[in-house]
Amino acid sequence: MESLDLTLEYVMKGLVLRLSNVIEMKEITKIFPGVVANDKVNFSLEKGEIHVLLGENGAGKTTLMNILYGLYQPTSGDIYVNGEKNAIKSPTTAIKLGIGMVHQHFMLVQPFTIAENIVLGNEPAKAGGFRIDMKTAIDNVQKISDEFGLAVDPNIKIQDISVGMQQRVEILKALYRGAEILILDEPTAVLTPQEIDELGDILKNLTKEGKSIILITHKLKEVLSMSDRITVIRRGQVVDTLNTSETDADSLAELMVGRKVKLTSDRTEKQAGSVILSVKNLKIKDSRKLEAIRDVSFDVRAGEILAIAGVDGNGQRELVEALNGLRKIESGQVLISNVDTTHLHTKDINEIGVGHIPEDRQKRGLVMEYTLAENMILGYHKKAPFSKNGIMNYPEVHKHAKKLITEFDIRTPNENVKAKSLSGGNQQKVIIAREFYINPQLLIAAQPTRGLDVGSIEFVHKRLLEQRENNKAVLLVSLELDEVLGLADRIAVIYQGKIVGILDAKDATERKLGIMMAGGQLGEGDVSA
Amino acid sequence: MKTRFEKIWDSFRLPIFAVILGFVVGAICIVIAGSNPLVAYAALFQGSLGSITSFGETLYKMTPIVFTGLSVALAFRCGLFNIGAEGQYIAGSIVAIVTGWVFKDMPGIILIPMILIMGIIAGGIWGGIAGYLKARFGVHEVITTIMLNYIALHTSNYLVRTVLNPETLIPGSIREAFTVSVPEQAKLIKLNAILPQFTYSSAHIGIFIAIAAAIFIYFLLFKTTVGYEIRSVGLSPDAAEYGGISKQKNTILAMFLAGGLSGLAGAVQVTGLIYSVNQVSMLPGYGFTGISVALVGVNHPLGVLASGLLFGILDNGARQMQLAGIPKEITGIIQAVILIFIAGELIVKFISDRNKKKAIKSKEVE
Repeated sequence: MESLDLTLEYVMKGLVLRLSNVIEMKEITKIFPGVVANDKVNFSLEKGEIHVLLGENGAGKTTLMNILYGLYQPTSGDIYVNGEKNAIKSPTTAIKLGIGMVHQHFMLVQPFTIAENIVLGNEPAKAGGFRIDMKTAIDNVQKISDEFGLAVDPNIKIQDISVGMQQRVEILKALYRGAEILILDEPTAVLTPQEIDELGDILKNLTKEGKSIILITHKLKEVLSMSDRITVIRRGQVVDTLNTSETDADSLAELMVGRKVKLTSDRTEKQAGSVILSVKNLKIKDSRKLEAIRDVSFDVRAGEILAIAGVDGNGQRELVEALNGLRKIESGQVLISNVDTTHLHTKDINEIGVGHIPEDRQKRGLVMEYTLAENMILGYHKKAPFSKNGIMNYPEVHKHAKKLITEFDIRTPNENVKAKSLSGGNQQKVIIAREFYINPQLLIAAQPTRGLDVGSIEFVHKRLLEQRENNKAVLLVSLELDEVLGLADRIAVIYQGKIVGILDAKDATERKLGIMMAGGQLGEGDVSA
Repeated sequence: MKTRFEKIWDSFRLPIFAVILGFVVGAICIVIAGSNPLVAYAALFQGSLGSITSFGETLYKMTPIVFTGLSVALAFRCGLFNIGAEGQYIAGSIVAIVTGWVFKDMPGIILIPMILIMGIIAGGIWGGIAGYLKARFGVHEVITTIMLNYIALHTSNYLVRTVLNPETLIPGSIREAFTVSVPEQAKLIKLNAILPQFTYSSAHIGIFIAIAAAIFIYFLLFKTTVGYEIRSVGLSPDAAEYGGISKQKNTILAMFLAGGLSGLAGAVQVTGLIYSVNQVSMLPGYGFTGISVALVGVNHPLGVLASGLLFGILDNGARQMQLAGIPKEITGIIQAVILIFIAGELIVKFISDRNKKKAIKSKEVE
């Protein structure tokens, strides 16, 4: 009922406020050498609305917003702000026109206080401009914070606050500079579910105060919960602009990708088999010699996907590297298929039948300057038929590559192009093809869908579930809760290098996981090991 | 799909243009100096390729720099900058003298391979030290190889003056500023012994060893698992590691092989041309020229062979050019221009690659 009320409220507000478009972008075309990033795009923002720009990676949504913010100049087309035609030459012009942008990566000075960060570059001065009037600054910040219900204490240093709070500081910074129109680029990427909810409330507050908001995102769920209207962009062109209340996730996904997409994966009920990966009391240090993993234990069984959920930077990277033999294990034990791999080299761990999908595919997964054929044997280049007595058998390598390209539907002219010339999704397919070829007993997949478009995500998920079907063990490390909830049989939540708890997927909810990801404990009975 | 020829053309296009530009700029300088560039270049090529004898002189000049060029190129393929070819060359040449003296009674057919192998091992160890320090302690190879150059130079001078001096080893000799010579049977065959047309040219069969080395390194880099691993570490150490390829092992191996090639340069130079090692006040320079040779040869073994020939031509033809009344420094200018254009292109490429990486990153942000 509450949602109905909300909808009604928005409809009412729409009638009152949506009298004029604060932003009108007409026939915007932006051509980069060789690429049409925006092709006659029409986009309008009404006063007081939250308008989502939805599209896959590379669809052109960030380009469009960078044009609005003055970072790029359009090749052709006009921009109207408050009904007046404007050429936005630089971000300075944009700010003057009341347009503010919150980037995905925050631009804050860590040891400065919130107030200092907000006034940076725009400080109230006293003593003839030689000293910063900190008191006025703090008062101003406090005033804006209260006005929009941001609940920010101006005196705390950035380094002491959470990511969600940092985002609010960025929003506050834009408001302080007089923004009437806010552009948020992938605002939810770094937030926990609870923080996402809070952000939604804040944005609604802002619109009540008459601000207008553009959200750039590729996440369907948030789109539906936070917006009034949605403009879908595909390959630089606007596919459609629709009211949020009149659409759903499936049709949005179809608009975004251009074909029917299955958002939920089919998981069959399945009994897990014997233990493949067993981690006992693991302790690992990070590159700064600080404890990154403190006393972690878990098992992964055959025919099971165990997901490690958590906010980025809680030890996931170190854990994965240690399991792959790339990082020293201080104490504890790792058993893979009953072989003690605690102190083995990567090569020997691979021998046991371990496949990796690394988190950073361009740095760790592929030699970008190598051809696809060369990349597709990385790790088993010393095995027959690809080499014999140290001599490479390139005809076999090429045959192998051609086979995998067809089998995994990798979009490439041929196997001789360099890995760097492929799109992210296709690069990931190359890695998956390579790692699946050895038919691994255990697959360690670290953020396997990071930065991928919906179509590629669907592909990766299907393949991971296939491993499970074939009675292989999968360790999935992911920051995406949807992914974790959709794929895993059991979910281990990691927080500050410790496993806070392991939930059965059927008991897990986004709320529970969110609490645990923030380091909170669930009440008795909530946790089932 | 690109043909094989197009692919080869792609990688050699840049140095070929650079060379043409080098000659054009050289010509402009010659005009400014008041001479006719056509006369100058005619003399240059006459003096280096005009007769079998002068071609022979070009061949012996290019021999050591092909080896050191290969050395730098191989290290570079593993992502290492081997400035130490100088020191490795010295290590190879001094050990060649030692081996020649110790086994001076052996027949040439055994002694020559032995000297060459010992030269390879000596240079290999000298390079390997830098590789080990990098792999084990992360000390940058540029620092260590430069330091090892001077250690090699002064150790060599010390040995020249003391234990390897004719005064020490041959009773009744006086003290010299050079070592004892390699035994007669250990000297490489001169080309004029095979083809009389080479007349007084100092060319020796070392050039064939250099060509064989280039072909061997080509095969090693592009047709073996060792080369596959070395190149992956050079292109992307992190991805290589993930594929179970040891960064450390390959760093040491690549530096050993690179050092071995420079050491071989020293051993071939001793057995083929100089026969003894002199006391010198500065580094011989083959290693540094090797860096240029590798650069112009785009770090490809066969490219190194071609660019070694070019450097040999410039070096040898300069004399004839001087006889024609044109300052021989012109060849220095040509070399410099070629290098500037190639290095400049590499810088441009480096920047554009970095921008591309940035673009990829910001795309992911999107």
